[in-house]
Amino acid sequence: MLNNFPLWPEQASTLAHRVDALYIFLLVITGTMALLVCTLVIFFAARFRHRPGVRAEQIEGSDALEITWSVIPLFIFMAIFVWGAVVYFRERTPPADSTEVYVVAKQWMWKVEHAEGQREINELHVPVGRDVKLIMTSQDVIHSFYIPAFRIKQDVLPGRYTVEWFHATKPGVYHLFCAEYCGTQHSGMVGSIVVMEPAQYEAWVSGNPSGPLSVSGEKTFAELGCSTCHRPDMQGRGPNLQGVYGKSVQLEDGRTVTADENYLRECILDPGSRRVKGYQPIMPTFQGLVTDEQINELVAYIKSLGDNQSGAKTTTRAASQLSGNAQPSGNQVQ
Amino acid sequence: MSMEIAIPQPVERENYLNKEYGALSWLLTTDHKRIALLYLVSITFFFFIGGFFALLIRLELLTPAGDLVQADTYNKLFTMHGMVMVFFFLIPSIPAVLGNFLVPMMIGAKDLAFPRINLLSWYLYIIGGALMLHCMLTGGVDTGWTFYTPFSTNFTNTKIVEAGIAIFIAGFSSILTGLNFVVTIHRMRAPGMTWSRLPLFIWAHYATSIIQLLGTPVIAITIVLVAAERALHLGIFDPKLGGDPLLFQHLFWFYSHPAVYIMILPSMGVVTEIIACFSRKRIFGYSFVAFSSIAIAVFGFLVWAHHMFVAGISVYSALVFSFLSYSVALPSAIKVFNWTATLYKGSIRYDAPMLYAFGFLGLFTIGGLTGLFLAALGIDVHVTDTYFVVAHFHYIMVGGAVMGYLGGMHFWWPKISGRLYPEGWARLAALIVFIGFNLTFFPQFILGYMGMPRRYYDYSHMPEFQVLHVLSTAGSTVLGVGYLLPMVYFLWSMRYGKPASDNPWNAAGLEWKTASPPPTFNFDEEPVVTWEAYNYEELDAPPHKQEVTVG
Repeated sequence: MLNNFPLWPEQASTLAHRVDALYIFLLVITGTMALLVCTLVIFFAARFRHRPGVRAEQIEGSDALEITWSVIPLFIFMAIFVWGAVVYFRERTPPADSTEVYVVAKQWMWKVEHAEGQREINELHVPVGRDVKLIMTSQDVIHSFYIPAFRIKQDVLPGRYTVEWFHATKPGVYHLFCAEYCGTQHSGMVGSIVVMEPAQYEAWVSGNPSGPLSVSGEKTFAELGCSTCHRPDMQGRGPNLQGVYGKSVQLEDGRTVTADENYLRECILDPGSRRVKGYQPIMPTFQGLVTDEQINELVAYIKSLGDNQSGAKTTTRAASQLSGNAQPSGNQVQ
Repeated sequence: MSMEIAIPQPVERENYLNKEYGALSWLLTTDHKRIALLYLVSITFFFFIGGFFALLIRLELLTPAGDLVQADTYNKLFTMHGMVMVFFFLIPSIPAVLGNFLVPMMIGAKDLAFPRINLLSWYLYIIGGALMLHCMLTGGVDTGWTFYTPFSTNFTNTKIVEAGIAIFIAGFSSILTGLNFVVTIHRMRAPGMTWSRLPLFIWAHYATSIIQLLGTPVIAITIVLVAAERALHLGIFDPKLGGDPLLFQHLFWFYSHPAVYIMILPSMGVVTEIIACFSRKRIFGYSFVAFSSIAIAVFGFLVWAHHMFVAGISVYSALVFSFLSYSVALPSAIKVFNWTATLYKGSIRYDAPMLYAFGFLGLFTIGGLTGLFLAALGIDVHVTDTYFVVAHFHYIMVGGAVMGYLGGMHFWWPKISGRLYPEGWARLAALIVFIGFNLTFFPQFILGYMGMPRRYYDYSHMPEFQVLHVLSTAGSTVLGVGYLLPMVYFLWSMRYGKPASDNPWNAAGLEWKTASPPPTFNFDEEPVVTWEAYNYEELDAPPHKQEVTVG
C-alpha cells in the first residue's frame, strides 16, 4: 500500500536521506503543534459552548503564558533553522575532486557535456557512488535543474555559472525537471538521470568519438587565437593561465578575486571589467563570437592547465571534505 | 440564534443606502460606506474571473496529457489567475471593502480623513482593472504573476507592458487607501478612543497600511524598469544587455513578500473581532495581539530573499534570510495562541461568522506551519517551485485571507445591508468551503514533496501524479460551489432577508452602536468612548446585577 502511495520520492542520493530526516522531524513537530491547536480549539469550543445562564469569564491575559508560548516556539524554530542550514551547506558545497559535467539550458532542452567529451540532450548518465558536480548556464531565460530523487534543485541563469552537486547511491532512471517557469514548453523541458553501475558507466563513457572536453577546448583556444597572448610562459601580452584556476588573482583596481568558473567566463565575455593587475586592456570581447558550449570547453581547458599539467581532472577550491565511502548513512544527520 | 430575536426596524429611517438614488449618487459619492460597496461589487467581479481561470487550470490537470487547452493558453491562465487574484482581489479585498466601511465607524469618525482621495483610489482601481481586462481579452500575459526576467523583458511577446501598467495604476489605489487609513487612525479617533482601546481590527489595518505605503512604490518602480528594458532595451535585468536577472527578483519580492501580509493581516483583524464576539470575551493578551501585527509588518520587509534560496544568491545571505523568516513566524504563532486562549471559559456560539473563524484558525495554522518547512534551507531546495509551495501559499492567501474575508462579510452584513442573511445556508456554505478547500489543496503538499513542479501544463512524463491531481480537481469544484453560495444568498437577502437590528450579535464596538444600515455620517452625535475594547462583560451583564459584578 505504501509503495502504491508513497509520501516521498525515491531516495537515490546521499542528500536524500538527510533532507527526508529533517522533513520527518518537521512533520512530527508541526503535526504536534497543529494537533495541539486543533484539539484545544475543538475542546474549548465544545466545553465552553453557550449555555443559557452561564456567562463567559473574562481573562485579561497572562504575561507568563505569552512568554512561554513565545520562547518555546522560538527554540524549536532555531533548532529547525540550524538543522536546515547544516543540510543546505552540505548541499551547496561540492566536494573537491568531483567529476565535472557542464550543463547548458535553453528553451526547452538540457544540453549536457561530460568532461570526457560525451554529449547528451535531456539525459544525464552518471555512475553510482561518485561525486558529480554540475556547472550550469543558460542561453536564454532562467531555468532550474531539479532532480527530486536527489532532493536537489538549482536555478540556471543566463550570463553566469551556477553549480550543484550530488552523489548518487542507487542505480536507476530518475526524473529531471525544469523547475523555473521558462515559457511555452516549460513542462516539456524534462529528462532522465540515468544512474549506472561503475563498470557499465565506463563502457558508456568509452564509446566517445570526440575526446575529452579539455582537448576540444585546447583546439578552440588555438583557433580563436587565445594562445598568441596567453602563452605558457611570462612573455605573453595576457596573463599566463597555467594553474590559474582556483587561485587568487590581483586585479588592476586593487581587489582580489578567486579565479573560479564564473570569473574565467566573465574574462572571456567581458575582459575589461575585472582586469588582472599589470596587463593592458587590449583583449577584445568574445561576446557573440563563442557559444556557451565553446566557453565551457575553454573553461574546462583552462582548468586542466594545472601547475602539474594533470589533464582534464582538476581540483576545485577548498571545500569541506566528503568522506570517500559510497554508502549512504541512512537517516542519520549530523 | 440571535436572528430569531432580532427586532425589525422601520425601513423608512434615512441611511447611507436610501439617502440618494441613481447611478451618479454612487459614482460621485465620497461616503466611505458607499465606496466600500463599489469596491465590493468590483472585487467580487474579479474574484469570479480569477476563480473561473482556476477552474480551467484544475480541469486541464485532470489528465496528465495537455488536452483541454493549448500550452500557451494554460500558461496565460495561471498567469492571469495569479494577477487577478493577487492585485485585483486579495490586496483590496478586506482593506478596501470591510476596512473602508468599518475603519471610520470603529474609531467613531464621520468618514475617512480624505473622502475624495478615497473615491479616487476606487477609480484608479477601476482604471487598472479595466486595463487588465482589456489585456486579458486581447491576448493576456504568459510570464506567471512573478514576471521573472529576462523571460518577461526579452523572451515573450505577450502584453507585459499593458499588464504592468494595469498593476502600476492599481498599486496607487492601494497606496492611497493605506495613506487614508494611517491618517484617519492617527487624527480622527473619537474622544476617549485611545490607542489601547482600539479594536484589534484597527491595529491590523494600521499595520497593513504601513506595508501598503512603504512597499507598493517598490513594485511600481520595478514595473517601470521592466517596461524600460522591454521597450527601450536598457540593460537592467537581462545579462545579454549587461543587466542582472536576480536584481529583478530582489525588487519583486521586496514588495511581493510583504504583500502577503497586506492580505493576511486584515484577515487576522477580522477573525479577532469575530472570536471576541462569539465567545463573549475580551481578547486574551490584547497588547500582544496588537503589537504582533506591527511586528509582522516590520519583519515582513526583511525576509524577501527566502523566495530565492535556489536562485543563485550566496550561501550566507540565504542563511540570514532563513533566520529572519523564523522571526516573522513567531508573531503569527503568538496570535494563534492568543485566539485559542480567548476561547477558554468563553460562552461560545457557532454562528456562521464563527464557523469561518474556526476554519481560518485551522487553515491558517496549517499554512503557517508548512511555512516552517519552506524557511528551512535544506528542505526549501527540494520543495521550492513545486506544488508544495502552491499549497502553502493557498493555505495562507485563500485558507487564511479569504476565510477571514467571508467571515467578516457575514459578521458585518447586517450592518452593511440592514438585512439578515439565511443562517442555515451560511453555515452550510462555511462547511462546504472548508471541506472543498482542504480537498483541493492538501493533496498538493504531497504532490510537491513527491517532486511535481509548479506551472506544468502537461505531466505525461510522470503519470504517477494523476491520483492526487484528480483529488485536487474534485475539491476545486466543491470549493467553487462553496464560494457561489454566499454570493447567491447575500443577493437574495438584500431583498428578502429579515431586517437587521442595530446590533444583532450584541457585539462590542462603535459600529454596532449606530443604526443598521448606518446614516451617512455614521453617528447621529459624536460618540464619546468611556470603555475598553471588547467590553463583553458589561454587554452581557443583566442590568440589575451590574452593580454587583463591578464590585
